[in-house]
Amino acid sequence: MDRQAVIRDAKHSAEAQQSSATSQYAIVTQDLNVWYGDFQALYDVTLNIKKDIITSLIGPSGCGKSTFLRSINRINERLSYVRIDGSITVYDHNIYGDHVELAQVRKQIGMVFQRPNPLPISIRDNVLFGLSIHSESRKKLPRNEVDDIVEQALQQVLLWHTVKDRLGRKATELSLEEQQKLCIARLLPIKPTILLMDEPCSALDAKGTEAVEELLWGLRGRYTIVIVTHNMAQARRASDECIFMLMGKVIEHTPTAEMFVTPAHKETADYIEGRYG
Amino acid sequence: MFAASGLNSRNNRRQALIRILFMLMTGLLILPVLIILTTLLYKGGPAISFEFLFGNPTNGMTEGGIFPALVGTIWLVAVALLFSVPLGVAAAIYLSEFAAENWFTRAINLAIINLAGVPSIVHALFGVGAFVLFMDFGTSILAASLTLAIMTLPVVIVATRESLQAVPYAFREACWNMGATRWQTIRRVVLPNAVSGILTGVILEVSRTAGETAPIMFTGAAFFLPFLPESVFDQTMAMSLHLFVISTQVPGVPDELPFGVALVLIAMVLIMNSFSIALRIYLRVNKKW
Repeated sequence: MDRQAVIRDAKHSAEAQQSSATSQYAIVTQDLNVWYGDFQALYDVTLNIKKDIITSLIGPSGCGKSTFLRSINRINERLSYVRIDGSITVYDHNIYGDHVELAQVRKQIGMVFQRPNPLPISIRDNVLFGLSIHSESRKKLPRNEVDDIVEQALQQVLLWHTVKDRLGRKATELSLEEQQKLCIARLLPIKPTILLMDEPCSALDAKGTEAVEELLWGLRGRYTIVIVTHNMAQARRASDECIFMLMGKVIEHTPTAEMFVTPAHKETADYIEGRYG
Repeated sequence: MFAASGLNSRNNRRQALIRILFMLMTGLLILPVLIILTTLLYKGGPAISFEFLFGNPTNGMTEGGIFPALVGTIWLVAVALLFSVPLGVAAAIYLSEFAAENWFTRAINLAIINLAGVPSIVHALFGVGAFVLFMDFGTSILAASLTLAIMTLPVVIVATRESLQAVPYAFREACWNMGATRWQTIRRVVLPNAVSGILTGVILEVSRTAGETAPIMFTGAAFFLPFLPESVFDQTMAMSLHLFVISTQVPGVPDELPFGVALVLIAMVLIMNSFSIALRIYLRVNKKW
């Protein structure tokens, strides 16, 4: 056997090993590069994000953490000048494959934004909106089943007790904190597997931030959660694993406790100590 | 230390002067409206009666009522809306929600703006050529209404597009990110929030359409036709043309008759406009973001 073939075989077995090992991972990216026009936002991002835990993405502004998040549910593509290269595998399925339906990707991978964006309809209808998009409109669910769905979703985000008497009110009348919780709640009835959160607390005050973090811990274990945050303390409090990115590259990906105590790279240490960013 | 300097008082005087000047100009603006309305009420008011509104013109249009013209105008406007609203709203939705921003859509937008600037008499001639002669509808309500529809399309499109674009982008994003298609987003979120603006645009357009004379003159409105139209292929009388005819073409019409017609026409327009304002207020109440 010549040298080339050996290397090829080694590669194959490595890939085979990897694919059997992916089962513990929810999101696997391989050499992900993303360009906005001529600007390269991500460089060879290779990450394995574990199932059912909370992973936080930290790094200074413009480091590519939001870009990474937006690539996972393919909303980046809406901008016509975006180019993506590399692979993203979610639960062992290539989301850029030929037979992938975008609606299904978005259904499985929910997203929460910086600014709460509830729809200008009632609280109840907001929770049921996703369901009504993804089900045949003719088949109406019985009323009590629908009520259960609404209650469960709102219970999970710890909003049920504050809004249960005003489910018919406009969602846009709620406080920002309640709106953000609602935006998380409305993802749940369509049973996503992954929740992506792009700085979900940056529009909230300290109390709201705490409340959202509390609900994140409640959701932990049922969903794979990836949270982008600017807030170092939040990453430390509210995540199991932490990824530090800088200038479009992944610098470090370790358990959160480890990163904040013994960062492996100088850049990471400098960042978490607040020397830049 | 804080007393006015010479420059301050000069600036203040200048501002006071400008303010009064502009206020006078605003006053001048409403003067014509007031004069028109009071003249119409004063001179045309005595003509208004049940027989005037619901009777046929008699004695060479020098006596009697305006019922055929009233009904004719309603026909013309209704049929015109039947064409212009679906077409205009669909086009606006396409342009605002689906079309990519490129030279082609820019060209279409430019064409729409230019269409809005075409004089109504040119629309009239186009109507004669296209609908009366080429499509062989003859002079009929259909031909006249189609001409009116073409004329009103740009306004419907622009009003619709503006109210669509007034719906915050974040709502669309929220929908798309739950896997909604563009159409689901439009139907469930964008349109319900834009409908008040669209309706206002449409109703304002109705009031303008009701008063148009040139586009219907050669395409479907008749000089004198003392029966009601039975189908869209009939000719009809219309308020605006009737006013023109009895004011300029028929000798021996008593003074209060044209004023009465004008009063009814303006009342129709005002009623439509206040309806549109009321509707807008009603729909606004339910809208909050």
